[in-house]
Amino acid sequence: MSTEPTFYEILRRQGITRRKFLKFCSLTAASLGLAPEFAGTIAHALETKPRVPVIWLHGLECTCCTESFIRSGHPLAADVILSMISLDYDDTLMAAAGYQAEEILEQTIAKHDGNYILACEGNPPLNEEGMYCIQAGRPYVEKLRRMAAHSKAIIAWGTCASWGCVQAAKPNPTRATPIHKVVTDKPVIKVPGCPPIAEVMTGVITYILTFDRLPELDRLGRPKMFYGRRLHDKCYRRAHFDAGQFVERFDDEGARKGYCLYKMGCKGPTTHNACSTMEWNGGLSWPVKSGHGCLGCAEEDFWDRGSFYTPTTNLNVPGGVEVTADQVGKVIAGAAAAGVAAHATVSVVSRLVRGGKGRDEGGSSNE
Amino acid sequence: MSSPTIPQAVYVFEAPVRLWHWVHTFSFLTLAATGYLIAHPLPSIGGEASDHFLMGNLRLIHFVAAWFFAVGFAVRIYWALVGNRYAREIFYLPVWRGAWWKGLFHEMAYYLFLTREQPPFLGHNPLAQTAMFFLNTLMTLFMIATGFALYSEGLGPGSWADRAFGWVLPLVGGGEATQNWHELGMWIMLAFAIIHIYMAVRADIFGRQSSVSAMIGGWRSFRR
Repeated sequence: MSTEPTFYEILRRQGITRRKFLKFCSLTAASLGLAPEFAGTIAHALETKPRVPVIWLHGLECTCCTESFIRSGHPLAADVILSMISLDYDDTLMAAAGYQAEEILEQTIAKHDGNYILACEGNPPLNEEGMYCIQAGRPYVEKLRRMAAHSKAIIAWGTCASWGCVQAAKPNPTRATPIHKVVTDKPVIKVPGCPPIAEVMTGVITYILTFDRLPELDRLGRPKMFYGRRLHDKCYRRAHFDAGQFVERFDDEGARKGYCLYKMGCKGPTTHNACSTMEWNGGLSWPVKSGHGCLGCAEEDFWDRGSFYTPTTNLNVPGGVEVTADQVGKVIAGAAAAGVAAHATVSVVSRLVRGGKGRDEGGSSNE
Repeated sequence: MSSPTIPQAVYVFEAPVRLWHWVHTFSFLTLAATGYLIAHPLPSIGGEASDHFLMGNLRLIHFVAAWFFAVGFAVRIYWALVGNRYAREIFYLPVWRGAWWKGLFHEMAYYLFLTREQPPFLGHNPLAQTAMFFLNTLMTLFMIATGFALYSEGLGPGSWADRAFGWVLPLVGGGEATQNWHELGMWIMLAFAIIHIYMAVRADIFGRQSSVSAMIGGWRSFRR
């Protein structure tokens, strides 16, 4: 038996009743989209398993992931941090500082080698040997590599860690690089979004803790349970899309009636996230509900695809030319039509010049 | 064969090839029109959402036409295997044949008005074959792959479309990029169609072999 106290033991120590504990388990099972019988599984796991050590690193980022995380309602972030996991290191949340803080990293490696979860917020810049992000006197990328090598698995919080986000936007001067391209020998769970939804973040942690394995991931390494569907598929304005009722301007009648924001550039039809079902801030609202289209912040390169306010965006052809499929397509089709017209004219003129002498000559066959 | 022995008419396009040609044509036109309206919806309509299903119907027509387009192409591939030699022409380029390259450059010279001589070809001439291979055959495959990949997003993870075509999305760069390239593919095929129709009609007027009627009746006739 491990010397680490279990989740349940700590809850009881804090004066939480068993009834409240079981209610929490049912709520968590529901928020993970699990069948009711899994509430028992969760309860059993929390009663018997030691708390999971988590090291939370920060690279190039804006801390919006942390800001989101601490607002989780189900389960409460406080419960996650104080009870479910053992958050041993987090630059922004821990009390320790300086040498004392950095010592924790080495202690964790010594005590929990291969057993802790490495949660990465932000990403490392690789240019100039990582000099654009220095922590405790050394490039962040070195710290990331060292902690990753001894971890069990890595959670890439947010679009920074998952895809690179705005600091990796063209021309990406610091060569900010997402985690999965720096650490290739450990499982990386991408939890994209800028920031990710709080309940998605705590849900992923709860899943790992409960089932002692990583959630099922899609082709791009995102948990299927939260990123399997597009916002569009579960959007409450979907009926207006299917009907053909669109907001044409942000101040028109359609906007007031809550029509579909597709024509205003909503990226819901290509964005995989749980916003349209879980919403934000405990189910209060989400971008489309507030009357603005989705920017696609959970998708790769969303910052480099052109306008947030048109349905068709840039093709991202090599060379950095910003053109849409329509602009290129109309030139191609127009050139074809003009070429055909010119060729037809020359054909007729050349025939008239020859005095309307009928068909072209045969010559020898190539067949 | 050499010029003097060319027969009056040859059966070039077998019935399944002709049938596919027209299924391909009309499904493409339907797909292009509905696809454009999905990317650029018509002006918003009023009333209750439950009274209308305009985008839903456009999407439905797009998907039905897509099935004709895809199944038609699958049948066409089958016919390339079992049909006559001309049925295979749009699926490969005989780049290993010197005569083919000679024919290609000759056709280019012909269409640039550098020569008036046009040797007869029973199937496609090398220039037409090249254009057909890249702008129709490969583009059709590209449109089917990207189209079903986008379709898989609606059917959801684990669906047949996701298992068969889901891998296309990350390869192209995500759903948004796939939509954009799928739309550019439509424009390229439209440009090809414009040139293709011009070439076919022109061949009937100026050339010595029948073209448009060959894709209706199957027989290519040669005129002196």
